[in-house]
Amino acid sequence: MAIKIQTKNLNFFYGTHQALLNNDLTVEENAITAVIGPSGCGKSTHLRVYNRIFELYREQRAEGEVLLDGQNILAADVDVLELRRRVGMIFQKPTPFPMSVFENVAYPLRLHYKLSRGELSDRVREALIGASLWDEVKDKLKASGLALSGGQQQRLCIARAIAVEPEVLLMDEPTSAIDPVATLKIEELMVTLKKQFTIVIVTHNMQQAARISDVTAFFYKGEIIETGATKQIFTNPRNRKTEEYITGRFG
Amino acid sequence: MKKKTIFFRKSADRLVRIASGLAVAVAVAVMFWIIFTVFRHGSAALKPSFFINPSKPYGIPDGGIANALIGTVFITFGAAVLATPPALLGGICLSEYKEFRRFNATLRFAANVMMGMPSVIVGLFVYTSVVVPTGNFSGLAGSIALAIIMFPVIMRTTEDMLGMVPYALRESALALGLTRTRTTVQIVCRSARKGLLTGILLALSRVSGETAPLLFTALFADRWPWGYFNQPTANLPVLITEYSTNSPFAEMHRAGWGAALVVTVLVLAINVATRIIFREKKHGH
Repeated sequence: MAIKIQTKNLNFFYGTHQALLNNDLTVEENAITAVIGPSGCGKSTHLRVYNRIFELYREQRAEGEVLLDGQNILAADVDVLELRRRVGMIFQKPTPFPMSVFENVAYPLRLHYKLSRGELSDRVREALIGASLWDEVKDKLKASGLALSGGQQQRLCIARAIAVEPEVLLMDEPTSAIDPVATLKIEELMVTLKKQFTIVIVTHNMQQAARISDVTAFFYKGEIIETGATKQIFTNPRNRKTEEYITGRFG
Repeated sequence: MKKKTIFFRKSADRLVRIASGLAVAVAVAVMFWIIFTVFRHGSAALKPSFFINPSKPYGIPDGGIANALIGTVFITFGAAVLATPPALLGGICLSEYKEFRRFNATLRFAANVMMGMPSVIVGLFVYTSVVVPTGNFSGLAGSIALAIIMFPVIMRTTEDMLGMVPYALRESALALGLTRTRTTVQIVCRSARKGLLTGILLALSRVSGETAPLLFTALFADRWPWGYFNQPTANLPVLITEYSTNSPFAEMHRAGWGAALVVTVLVLAINVATRIIFREKKHGH
């Protein structure tokens, strides 16, 4: 499989505290890469480098290389707005914008593309279908996005993210604030989405990682301890720490 | 380890509850007492002509408060128009652009100083810097004085209300490739818009009864307030002060109470309106 993201020697600092140590990771195209590890091990920190969202906070700093299709996204001349269009992100809690269901998807779309009204509503519909939300909201596109249920809100956020046609989707514990039935729906959705997108998901839920991911990376204290095919990691881990974590002996 | 008796813990709990209940009762009782007093004295003045006629010079019968009521609306709304844009921008800067540390520290310090400034000093300041150079008292000068008082109040609530917007919302907007300006205006301010409106309304109700700044700026005049920009302009707080302290006529005392009643009802109405707006906001989330 083709390589989508190649991370080389990534180090990350919160002020003077180093949170990531020499991370090397290969993310394959059109696959789901799961990032697992105990709380505070740097999973989210690592993910937040891929779209440079950490730059919102002045004291945070990344060093090293993250190659997206061979281009280092940490370079100074990279257009962050375009990078974030190419690399979408879904957060732990659903964050619909304070506007209608339709506008939630249309608003970012309009900022990135010149579209006629007809094209715009087509693209919004496609995105909502793609996020398997269309059937539930097609009659209330004008209702507030905040009026949807938690699971629907999260799928609205996914629709919003895929509408701008990204190449990569980063998911930071996307189902941890959502009930089990809605979680299942989103997991099924992710498996469909990987045909179109490259997905990197941070999860606390090891069953989830085992169910949906193709590759798993195990993080511990800011280091990537082990990376491999998910099946191998969960059935035959090479590293003792990995084994202890996936068998629930700590974490 | 020695166990504390449950009796002691329960009685401490009861004691604190009784004490806070009493404190609430005192506060509410005083409020109702004030409202009752204003109603008792003020209701005698209320008749149609009171709301239709302008105020009249000392001793002339059938004076009303219509000019002062309209003048107060002009002056306070003028103040809101002047204070709101810079106060919103200031609040946005404090909450959303924390990297301007020195600028924000200065802004916050200035706002704190302004917040604690006696309103009579604000009145004197506008008197020397606007009324004296322009050569006349005016409603506009009154608006400027009230705007100075409103500015830090609106700025503070703006900062607080924007601070209540979850960080995840900003991040998810930025993660979609929105610029910071768009994120701030379209996402953060938009989701806090009811809170921002509440802040403006509360500042409005806070200044609508201010008297001292208006004595030096808008002053008063027994005519309609159409000369808002360059003439002394009638307003309720100064009318109340004048009628109840400088007049020997019983009818004017009554009119003063009537005007006090109108101001009280206005302030109450604004406060109730803000509560309704804010409650809707909570339901929306």
